[in-house]
Amino acid sequence: MLRFIIRRIAQMVGVMLTLSVLLFLWLRSLPGGTVSAMLGERATPESRARLEKALGLDEPIYVQYFRFMGRALKGQFGASTGVLPGADAFDIFLKRFPATIELSFFAILLAVALAIPLGYLAAKKRGGAIDNAGIVTSLVGVAVPVFFLAFLLKYFFAIKWGLLPASGRQANLNCTRVTNFFILDGLLTREFDCTWSALKHLILPALALSSIPFAVIFRITRASVLDVLDEDYVRTAEAKGLANKTIRTRHVMRNALLPVVTTIGLQVGALLAGAVLTERVFNYGGIGDTLAVSFFSRDYAVLQVLIIAAAAVFVLVNLLVDISYAVIDPRVRTR
Amino acid sequence: MTNPLKKYGDARKERIDELAAMAGRRGASESGGSGGTAGSSGPAGAGPDGDVVVADAGAIEETPGVSLIASAWRRLRRNPVFLTGLTITLLFVLLAIFAQVIAPHDPAVRYLINEVRPQSNPIPGPRPGFPLGADNVGRDFLSRLIVGSQQTLIVGVFATVFGLIGGLILGILAGAVGGWVDSLVMRAVDVMLSIPSLLLALSISALAPRPSQWTLIIAIATVQVPIFARLLRGTMLQQRSSDHVLAARALGIKQSAIIFRHMVPNALGPVIVQATIVLATSIIDAAALSFLGLGNPDDRQPEWGQMLGQAQQFIYDDPHLAFYPAVCIIVVALGFTLMGESLREALDPKSRR
Repeated sequence: MLRFIIRRIAQMVGVMLTLSVLLFLWLRSLPGGTVSAMLGERATPESRARLEKALGLDEPIYVQYFRFMGRALKGQFGASTGVLPGADAFDIFLKRFPATIELSFFAILLAVALAIPLGYLAAKKRGGAIDNAGIVTSLVGVAVPVFFLAFLLKYFFAIKWGLLPASGRQANLNCTRVTNFFILDGLLTREFDCTWSALKHLILPALALSSIPFAVIFRITRASVLDVLDEDYVRTAEAKGLANKTIRTRHVMRNALLPVVTTIGLQVGALLAGAVLTERVFNYGGIGDTLAVSFFSRDYAVLQVLIIAAAAVFVLVNLLVDISYAVIDPRVRTR
Repeated sequence: MTNPLKKYGDARKERIDELAAMAGRRGASESGGSGGTAGSSGPAGAGPDGDVVVADAGAIEETPGVSLIASAWRRLRRNPVFLTGLTITLLFVLLAIFAQVIAPHDPAVRYLINEVRPQSNPIPGPRPGFPLGADNVGRDFLSRLIVGSQQTLIVGVFATVFGLIGGLILGILAGAVGGWVDSLVMRAVDVMLSIPSLLLALSISALAPRPSQWTLIIAIATVQVPIFARLLRGTMLQQRSSDHVLAARALGIKQSAIIFRHMVPNALGPVIVQATIVLATSIIDAAALSFLGLGNPDDRQPEWGQMLGQAQQFIYDDPHLAFYPAVCIIVVALGFTLMGESLREALDPKSRR
């Protein structure tokens, strides 16, 4: 088991290193480059050369790469130029990352809480009402662009009927910040109106974002339960007269959930992409929103942090999924 | 598969020929028509005296049998899900081809520009001749929707084809050559897959000095490359140890011929299914990139994703500008998805439930 984990971590480090090289090369080949972005229209050859020297851009490319890595490991990415001019890029990331975690967490929670029971019921009564409704919903869920769903929700629930707030993360309540997880902060400081406000702001974006993992998790659960229901050991369990509940939890769900766990892990990438779009619609102020803004304002400092962080989270979650998979299913370890 | 002319006692050789023929039949039908492949001399492989020339074993005469595609078609023919998907797709393609003929007006001409009041009424409403009204610069909205199908189809098809070509090259390289080439390619694919797809597409389109339709297509295609590569490598690896490849190798067929005539055609099934689904996702991805402002800024040739992106600023007062293109995208994406999913089920022997 330990060897399996070590091997996976070594692989992960390899992927991250390759990514860092790619990111570095990407940053260097962006149109205009850092110098033009910083100097803008007024660039003269002399000022360009001066700035290039100051930034170390006149040194060999491998030296620049090691510098870049050294700074990245210390969290020094420089000051933001576009998102929040002057603020430290890493600070911006630390402040806004919790918003995206909160949003993604609730979205995946919502998706899992709905999709797994529905997937089970759909498989149990194949061709029944739940089955057909679930299949249609998940197919449509795949075809609807997530930002359009977000817009529909915003248009009806926030603008037309005024039931929920249309944008932002929290009403202006002068809440105390502890962890920057607004819901948690409210509970920690007993400012429950803060938690309530954060929750209300969370519902619509989380609902929109959960549509992607819902569709996928529902379909995998359904297919997987169908497979397991056919197995001999389920028939044996039924034949020896075990209670339905025992069969359902011990025999069917336990085995059927194996592929579902992997799928949930793989959804993290899709969630991040979805977060960029939903946060944009709701001006949520997480890293998805920030990512889009930093692209357009060509804020390379913030962009670097966000891309590294996104890739790191993605790779890390997949590592955790691999490990949890190996814990659940011993056969995986030997592969 | 009984050939009375076959020499008695040649059972072993016959079996190999049979196996090679199974792979060769698919290969021959795939490359049929294009012709010119060295070493294949058509169905004349078996001479009148029954001597099967070894080099021509792959092109033995047709035998009646149920091929995978025929049996899949038999099941698909009565599948309402597949037929719905197929109908939507065909209608969409026809609409795209004849868009210029069907559209009542030129999508680029600002007919109702005089009706646009930026302060009080930025979007001219429906009127005779303009059933859906106009957009914010007075162009006929219905015509833009109809002609928009064209660019949407182009973006979807080209993004899929480019992604497919990239994936084919990498996948064949990895699956056929193996060894360190395989490791190298698969590490590269892993790295690409470790970047969330939209982020990768964003990064690539940011590299272009200014966004255009082609940066959009290339960005979306790049995201698909690792998926196709992985898929193809998987099926190629499965086949490397399968009987028909072993047989072909035993017959001394060249490595390149084994790869392109015996392995690749058999690996194409899952790839085609994936391509159908990718068509749907690339249309949706194009819409997402357009929404983020990375789409084609030139809107004389409209595209649904771009129309949806531009409509966002009028969403409060004129949601119909966003609604119609969005519904078009959803219906078309649904059509491709339905088709792809039912194809996948029909081609997968395990899921014949």
